[in-house]
Amino acid sequence: MGLVHEIDFGTPASRSEKQVTLTVDGFEVTVPEGTSIMRASMEAGIAIPKLCATDMVDAFGSCRLCLVEIEGRNGTPSSCTTPVMPGMVVHTQTGRLKDIRKGVMELYISDHPLDCLTCAANGDCELQDMAGAVGLRDVRYGYDGDNHVRAKNDGVENFKWMAKDESNPYFTYDPSKCIVCSRCVRACEEVQGTFALTIEGRGFGSRVSPGAHELFLDSECVSCGACVQACPTATLTEKSVIQIGQPEHSVVTTCAYCGVGCSFKAEMRGEELVRMVPWKDGKANRGHSCVKGRFAYGYATHKERILNPMIREKITDPWREVSWEEAIAHTAREFRRIQYQYGRTSVGGITSSRCTNEETYLVQKLIRQGFRNNNVDTCARVCHSPTGYGLGQTYGTSAGTQDFDSVEHTDVALIIGANPASAHPVFASRLKKRLRAGAKLIVIDPRRTEMVKSAHIQAEHHLALKPGTNVAVVTAMAHVIVTEGLFDEAFIRDRCDWSEFQDYAEFVSDPRHSPEEVEKLSGVPAETIRGAARLYATGGNGAIYYGLGVTEHSQGSTTVIGIANLAMLTGNIGRPGVGVNPLRGQNNVQGSCDMGSFPHELPGYRHISGDAVRDIYDSLWGVKLDDEPGMRIPNMLDAAVDGTFRGIYIQGEDILQSDPDTKHVSAGLAAMECVVVQDLFLNETANYAHVFLPGSTFLEKDGTFTNAERRINRVRKVMSPKNGYADWEVTQLLATEMGLAWAYRHPTEIMDEIAQTTPSFALVSYDLLDKMGSVQWPCNEKAPEGTPIMHIDGFVRGKGKFIRTEYVATDEKTGPRFPLLLTTGRILSQYNVGAQTRRTENVAWHDEDLLEIHPHDAENRGLRDGDWVRLVSRAGETTLRATITDKVSPGVVYTTFHHPDTQANVITTDFSDWATNCPEYKVTAVQVSPSNGPSDWQKEYNEQAQQSRRIAGQLEAAE
Amino acid sequence: MVMQPASTEIAAKTAAVISEMKSLEGPLIPILHGIQEEFGYVPQETLPIIAEALNLSRAEVHGVFTFYHDFRHHPAGRHVLKVCQAEACQSMGSDAIAAQIKQKFGIGFHETSKDGAVTLEPIYCLGLCACAPAAMLDGEVIGRLDADKIDEIAEEIRS
Repeated sequence: MGLVHEIDFGTPASRSEKQVTLTVDGFEVTVPEGTSIMRASMEAGIAIPKLCATDMVDAFGSCRLCLVEIEGRNGTPSSCTTPVMPGMVVHTQTGRLKDIRKGVMELYISDHPLDCLTCAANGDCELQDMAGAVGLRDVRYGYDGDNHVRAKNDGVENFKWMAKDESNPYFTYDPSKCIVCSRCVRACEEVQGTFALTIEGRGFGSRVSPGAHELFLDSECVSCGACVQACPTATLTEKSVIQIGQPEHSVVTTCAYCGVGCSFKAEMRGEELVRMVPWKDGKANRGHSCVKGRFAYGYATHKERILNPMIREKITDPWREVSWEEAIAHTAREFRRIQYQYGRTSVGGITSSRCTNEETYLVQKLIRQGFRNNNVDTCARVCHSPTGYGLGQTYGTSAGTQDFDSVEHTDVALIIGANPASAHPVFASRLKKRLRAGAKLIVIDPRRTEMVKSAHIQAEHHLALKPGTNVAVVTAMAHVIVTEGLFDEAFIRDRCDWSEFQDYAEFVSDPRHSPEEVEKLSGVPAETIRGAARLYATGGNGAIYYGLGVTEHSQGSTTVIGIANLAMLTGNIGRPGVGVNPLRGQNNVQGSCDMGSFPHELPGYRHISGDAVRDIYDSLWGVKLDDEPGMRIPNMLDAAVDGTFRGIYIQGEDILQSDPDTKHVSAGLAAMECVVVQDLFLNETANYAHVFLPGSTFLEKDGTFTNAERRINRVRKVMSPKNGYADWEVTQLLATEMGLAWAYRHPTEIMDEIAQTTPSFALVSYDLLDKMGSVQWPCNEKAPEGTPIMHIDGFVRGKGKFIRTEYVATDEKTGPRFPLLLTTGRILSQYNVGAQTRRTENVAWHDEDLLEIHPHDAENRGLRDGDWVRLVSRAGETTLRATITDKVSPGVVYTTFHHPDTQANVITTDFSDWATNCPEYKVTAVQVSPSNGPSDWQKEYNEQAQQSRRIAGQLEAAE
Repeated sequence: MVMQPASTEIAAKTAAVISEMKSLEGPLIPILHGIQEEFGYVPQETLPIIAEALNLSRAEVHGVFTFYHDFRHHPAGRHVLKVCQAEACQSMGSDAIAAQIKQKFGIGFHETSKDGAVTLEPIYCLGLCACAPAAMLDGEVIGRLDADKIDEIAEEIRS
């Protein structure tokens, strides 16, 4: 095996088409124009010594180690900052260069600790490598002079010395080992775009400073780790490396957090994970990561993780640990009993967007083939189901149109209801890089997010609309584009149905859709709407990125359609730099939808009523599939309360915490006779479970995840499942126990079945993925290497379809009792319901949910920052602490939903999207008032949770 | 270092300086000069305000502020005496001159006398090499420093 080594070319690749040929040390090498001499010679296999250069950031030219001699030129220019020229003859190693390099290294080492043997970077230190490369044997200056190394010089305090900063939970900063190469500062600026680091002082006094000479944890640092990755010494080092030592082998795999789907090298020592390092060849992340993907994997070994199957008769009983055989036999028996007693459709299941495609495929297969009904749904129900509907109707596919690389060609980005800086951080970094290069940004969001204004980022227009008025605002933008003649007539005539366009144009041109009218209900100044529409329509390549702020509304599907219309109106579809891109929340929510997780669709979004499609599965699976769509999650819960739905198999989803109207969910679960939860932890849903099947982490299994750009990425097993089985194996055990003849030996065989039965996956195989790294569906005869950009020559459905987008105000309205609008979201360091991130050191940044409230609304209520407040809606109430900020407008409050103690979904209502039942999480009318602490409901809930988590034979309940 | 929220008075004055200079090309250094002129030094708590106004990070403003020795972290004495320590002056005995000055005022470089009369600083070349060793008192250059000139300087400072 061994470590996956990545070549560091020293400077970024040039994009030029023109090729230049030069000679380096007698070898001819041809590279694109604009390439540095350093990179060109590395292409030829000649590594020029370097310290301050690395190919993730631009050349800097400060270390003076990479000097070369060029025939016909004076001096010794630095190879990192000197571009190649045709016919250039370069020498990288001459007597003169050797002397200079040795001299430079002597200076570095004279102010560096000589503790290499006990240093954490031993074995992975570029300074050490360079000392070796230049043949450093002696330091003529000695080590006694002025230095940053020792706390005291001859007993006298050394003011240049700085103590190690260990404030960040994941890495340390040891200034005594710093060579001030600025790689960390540049990585923070160029790659991450946070600008949290600087060099303070000058000359010999120069030091790396987080923020204004602050601790890392107190500074603006978001702990993405780009600086740690860039550091050539032990100055910035992962605490895990300090603790364990250097890794000895690595495996390329895919992050299991958000829908960006970053590729990582899991660097291992035996079966112990030492660190995650983003893989430069990963096409979604291009070598970058966020705090979650790089550092927050500690949950995999958290003490609360459940490793043994457990069952119990009643949910009031304590859990009883049993063998896998007993648990599986019991579960199969229960499902069969319930079906016998209450009918074929009395059971169902929920697939997981956190699990692999193969696992998801198996769960829906178990339900369709084994349970013989279509009662399967997935968490996308509560997030992006309107995307599936809206884009399916207008374009013919249920997915984003671009790859993430596309953003490098975008001129105007329009972000609607998404905060990528928190929820899709690596994409945000890539977008910010493009914005710093001059692209313009429009943000439609009730909150002033980090994308609206932060270091070097300023949105051209911020449409701070009232929650719930998306459709009106998007339609008003279409009004401006149509009435001011900014639409792309040639594109529309060519690609769309002209009569449908005319109908839509007539609809939006109505004065009631004008910005002036819409201002009255959305609160967005008409001029801002007009400015945004003009910029998007005329500013060059316009790309739309949107999130759950679009979908989780009673008119979520309508907004998606409105967005699709905007892109068609302006011809922003079908080439790099444009498109409509839903930012998918979970690692494999795209995949779980692709894999037939919806009650009405078989894999590949083919409706269950289609005879031809069912035939494929009927013959392969040897059953007659039910041709009626099954129940959605809310329907299953309703049916449970009615007594007709009695058993459910839930793989990797915490519906109690994540679905709306918590009380209704708990009533539904409590009414069932067999609730099977397969998860890593005793989550909130497990409080109502009768069977608990321990799950496996992404580190413990093979499979694939499909990210927001439809990219199928390989997940590779790096350690044995601590619970004994990968999740796909558990489902298979259950299926065989129920009498199905499944015999998959490896997920690759499951993928082969998917490819065999699903046209858009026809050519996908693990061989192809290993060869190409990843592939974007559709991947079939027409596109054997996948499809980075969709709808290039025409829409998948044929002609693009314009659909009218009538604004209908939600039934959830403010009034005297509930005068404020609550909207919800995520923050950077936590992930969704927090089951994983709450069990990592990420709690250092966010250990409770807070309610953001505008100073004006706070003052009216006599609230101070940090006060406990009672948050009440028509559905329920909870308490949490308030933080006062003008990021939210007056009349709007905001909170996250990462902590079960808060239970923000006790507050949210059961209103939902008209087309897809996607819950209206983003708008709830509420009242906020001072409080003394947790509500009675929270106390009762906690007590019940404590009770239901008891495990027989164990003194203390888990969690 | 924990960032202290600025007092309303400092914040108001800082905002005034920023609004005056913000439209300049590359406004950060002019603003820092303006702040120093306003307060006699650059109060730490003005830095986040500047960062916010210019859409920069705190780190960036801190980096620029600490790069230039002339931006002060603390208020200076009533007089500022800068003694050249660059090569030409050193070759003409500026080390000894600096030692005499330090002894005379009882302070070292980067220090202010207890009575607040004078702040002593090194400087690296005043462009007065022909008249080395040189110094600068409150912006006025003084050439060919010797014991007498030091006495004159001391008199002016104490007057």
